[in-house]
Amino acid sequence: MTTLVVFVEHSGGNARRGSLEALGAARAAGCDCIAVLTGADAAQAAQTLGNSGAAKAVVLTGPAEHSADAVASAMAEVVSAQGADGFMAASTHHGQDLAARVAAHLDSVLFSDCTGLTQEGDSLSVQRSWLAGKAIAQLTSAAPAFCCTTRLNVFEIFEGESSVEVSEHAISAEAKARVVSIEAKGETKLDVKEAPVVVSGGRGMKEAEHFALIEDLAAAFGDAAVGASRAVVDAGWRPHSEQVGQTGKVVAPQLYVAVGISGAIQHLAGMRTSGTIVAINKDADAPIFKVADYGIVGDAFEVVPALAEAVRAVKAEA
Amino acid sequence: MNIIACVKRVPTTDADVRFKADSSGLETDGLPYMISFYDEIALEQAVLTKEALGGEVTALTLGPASGSKELRECLAKGADKAVILTDDEWMSCDCRATAKRLAAAIGELDAKLVFMGRVATDRDNAAVGPMCATYLGWACVSGVIEMECGEDKGTAKVETEDGIETVEFSLPAIITCNKGLNTPRYAGLKGIMAAKKKPLEEQAPAAADGQAVLSTVSAPPARPEGRIVGTGAEAVPALIDALRNEAQVL
Ligand SMILES: Cc1cc2nc3c(=O)[nH]c(=O)nc-3n(C[C@H](O)[C@H](O)[C@H](O)COP(=O)(O)OP(=O)(O)OC[C@H]3O[C@@H](n4cnc5c(N)ncnc54)[C@H](O)[C@@H]3O)c2cc1C
Repeated sequence: MTTLVVFVEHSGGNARRGSLEALGAARAAGCDCIAVLTGADAAQAAQTLGNSGAAKAVVLTGPAEHSADAVASAMAEVVSAQGADGFMAASTHHGQDLAARVAAHLDSVLFSDCTGLTQEGDSLSVQRSWLAGKAIAQLTSAAPAFCCTTRLNVFEIFEGESSVEVSEHAISAEAKARVVSIEAKGETKLDVKEAPVVVSGGRGMKEAEHFALIEDLAAAFGDAAVGASRAVVDAGWRPHSEQVGQTGKVVAPQLYVAVGISGAIQHLAGMRTSGTIVAINKDADAPIFKVADYGIVGDAFEVVPALAEAVRAVKAEA
Repeated sequence: MNIIACVKRVPTTDADVRFKADSSGLETDGLPYMISFYDEIALEQAVLTKEALGGEVTALTLGPASGSKELRECLAKGADKAVILTDDEWMSCDCRATAKRLAAAIGELDAKLVFMGRVATDRDNAAVGPMCATYLGWACVSGVIEMECGEDKGTAKVETEDGIETVEFSLPAIITCNKGLNTPRYAGLKGIMAAKKKPLEEQAPAAADGQAVLSTVSAPPARPEGRIVGTGAEAVPALIDALRNEAQVL
């Protein structure tokens, strides 16, 4: 049986969805999971992880908890101490960064942002994209430890009812870099990589102020984040954190709505694995329609408000 | 201070990607290349840091000997010298082997500050920077959007899913650069002329076995054919119906 140590991120005592997906990916591939957590409220977040597929949880403690280098060396120690076969995390900012460091401690290759994980015989095989989705690679690892991160919104969360055995492990390495402050963004704002629905706007919105329409449509869906094309990020209308594409974020929400976006190859690379794609564009020949499941040819300024109203009506019924 | 900018030759973002018939790799004949988008930001930050603190910038790449074209570009944009760790199979060198080979070269160059891109836009691993720093035992900050640096320490800002973190780090350090950190300069004619006289050295990379074993690589499955549900605001009910009853996402 393969046992993986899985980094579980949490906020306010609740595990992040992406981390639960990573646990689910490991369980679906037939692996046993040991969760590893750090930070304030980690012990509380650890308590319920049995229901999401973890058999054990290890909480890292110590003054260096805000240092990625010190935390990573403690996580690698946990892998060894638990006799585990590898390490996994969700491909969030911290998950990706820590996984790379842990992999190096274990002198093992890392497969980042995987979209598939399967057990073949006694080895694990991953599916991941190259060139932001223009190529799909299937790989196995000849490393001493198996290390990967999972793309958000791709894997199912495991649902069970089990208790979890929680223990502690002290962070002993000295910090070389540490987080000294965090400027939190608005609590309601979901990251484009995490949100189940993404509503993106492009140059067709014409002005930064008109993104109020995009924000309103996102608000109508509820669990949605606002995304953007590079053209509008470069114009300074939207922050880079919202850019979808090869030089932004690669997203795979259940529903992706592209408004006033032409569908350049670099943009398509970042969103073509979304569940359902909707495009709203006044140009019937725009390349975005080639990847869209449903398209409306029309002026965003008419279609978007009408769509937001209709979505609200559906949500109110439910 | 000795500063390094690591840059990688990658297929251009608009390249038409083709595959070998047996799915064993990309068809590289005629594939156009560029410096990875985020590595341009790394080079610019290295040059800006040199302009502020003094010292020398080395552009370092693991790549084919023909990668000297990209390195001349770096020299034209302000790097003082360039080193290619020659490997014709650089694109299939996995992130661990790449990190180990860069770490060995960084050690030889006696640098204190190394800039890399947040992620290379070919293999999308976002791993080489933090892996390399771990092998060297250095500090590392990933995905930096703003920074200040002195001789012994610095502070950097990174954007996470939750907001913006400020990180204090000690030198030596590896910084991986995100969009927004700076605006890369263009090479002027003077720079291009000067670049011709700057040293560009080829070296054999340190030995490092690959661990990633590629089974197949191919084009992503085509999406099922979609349809235009209608024109203008009148099409909204048809879209809502499709989202509810066909796609079941509403
Ligand atoms: C190295 C490199 C990396 C890149 N990386 C990325 C990336 O990560 N992400 C990315 O998005 N791009 C990226 N690009 C840029 C990409 O090539 C395109 O330039 C960009 O995606 C275009 O943005 P857009 O679709 O918003 O604008 P445009 O291409 O200008 O399209 C605007 C669209 O809006 C439509 N429109 C106009 N008015 C209306 C209206 N009233 N109602 C409805 N529709 C309307 C038009 O028909 C048009 O289709 C990259 C480019 C390079 C060279």
